[in-house]
Amino acid sequence: MNLKKQFMDGLLYQNPVLVQVLGMCSTMAITTSFFNGLGMGVAVLIILTLSNVIISLIRKIVPDKIRIAMFIVVIAGFVTMVDLLIQAFLPDLAKSLGVFIPLIVVNCIILGRAEAFSYKNGVGASFFDGVFQGIGYTLVLLIMCIIREFLGAGTFGGGILGPGGKGITILPSQYPIGMLTMPVGGFLVLGTLIATMQWALNRPKKNKEESK
Amino acid sequence: MDTVFSLLAISLGAILSNNFIFSQFLGICPFLGVSKKVDTAVGMGIAVTFVMGLASAITWLVNTFILVKFDLMYMQTVAFILVIASLVQFIEMFLQKSMPTLYTALGVYLPLITTNCAVLGVALLNIQNSYGFIESVVYGITGGLGFLLAIVLFASIREKLVFADYPKNWEGFPIALVTAGLMALAFMGFSGLQVW
Repeated sequence: MNLKKQFMDGLLYQNPVLVQVLGMCSTMAITTSFFNGLGMGVAVLIILTLSNVIISLIRKIVPDKIRIAMFIVVIAGFVTMVDLLIQAFLPDLAKSLGVFIPLIVVNCIILGRAEAFSYKNGVGASFFDGVFQGIGYTLVLLIMCIIREFLGAGTFGGGILGPGGKGITILPSQYPIGMLTMPVGGFLVLGTLIATMQWALNRPKKNKEESK
Repeated sequence: MDTVFSLLAISLGAILSNNFIFSQFLGICPFLGVSKKVDTAVGMGIAVTFVMGLASAITWLVNTFILVKFDLMYMQTVAFILVIASLVQFIEMFLQKSMPTLYTALGVYLPLITTNCAVLGVALLNIQNSYGFIESVVYGITGGLGFLLAIVLFASIREKLVFADYPKNWEGFPIALVTAGLMALAFMGFSGLQVW
C-alpha cells in the first residue's frame, strides 16, 4: 500500500467533498459553527474507518448481489452506535446536529468508499483510506465553518471557545453578513471552495504542458 | 376544520418555507446530479414524491406498531433504512410488472432514491415532530412536491446556464451551487409565511 499517496488523495487530489463531490447535504447543512463541523467530521471519520475495516474483512464472504444491502446494514449499525454515544455524552452537539447524525447512513462518502475502495482492498489499506478520507472531509467542514462563522456571525470557534461557548468575537456585531449562516451561505461558500479547488488542481498541469 | 388547517400549514411549509432542498439541505445529491435537463428532473421529482409519500406511511407504521411497542426505539435508523431500501426494490419490481410505461420513465432513478437523504430525512422528521399517520403522509408527499418544484426550476435555469459566460474554473458544480444558492435566497422570502 502507498500511504503517502493515499494521504494526499484523501486531503487533496481525491478529496471527498471538493473533488468527488460526495456528502453535500451534511457539508452545507451543519457548517454554521466550529464545534458542529468538528463533531460531524470526527463522527464521520470514526464511522467511515470502522465500516471500511469491517467491509474489507467480510468482502470475500458477501455475495456480489446483496453487497449494497450488507454495506448499509454495517454502516447503519455504526451510525446508531455513534448516535447513541453523542446523545449520551455531548447532548448539546446532538441537539444542534439533529437529524443529520442518523443521516450519516445515507452519506454518500461512506457508501462510496465502501463500494469503490474497501470492497476491493485489504484491511490495512481500507483502514488508512477511512482515516485519510475522514480527515479530508473534516478539514473541508472546518474550513467552511470558519469562513461562514467569521463572515456570518463575526466569531471564531463557536460551540467551544469564548464566553458561554458562543465563540470569540472578532468582528463587531454590526458588520457580519447574517445571510452566510443561512442556507444560502452554505451553497455560495461551498461553490466558491470547489471553484478554488478546480483552479488549484488545473494550474500545475497547464504549467507542465507549457514547459513541454 | 382544525385538522384541515394544520395539514394545509404542513403542506405549505414543506413546499415553500421549509423546502427540503433550500432550507433543510436534504436530498442535495440527486438535486445536483439529475438536474441537467428538465425532462429527467421531472422524472426524478415524481419518483421522489412517490417514494417519500409511501416511505412516510410505512416507516410511521413500523415505528408505531413495532419499534415503540417492543421498546426498540434505538433501532430506528437501521430499521428505517432497511424499510426504505426494500420498499424501493418492491416498487421497482411492481412497476416493472404492472406499469411498464411508468417503469421506463422512472426506472433509472428508483435505485438512486435509496440513498436520497430526503427520504430517510422525512421518515426521521415525522417521528421527531411527533406527527400522526395522516400528517406524516401529507408531510412526505408535500415534501416530495417541494423537491419536484425545486429541481424543475433548477433544471430550467441550468439549461440556460449552458449559454452563459463564466470563468472556466467555475464549470460544473461550482456554478450550479451558486445558482442554487441564489434560488435559496429567493426561497428565503417565504420564510416569513405564516398561515394561521
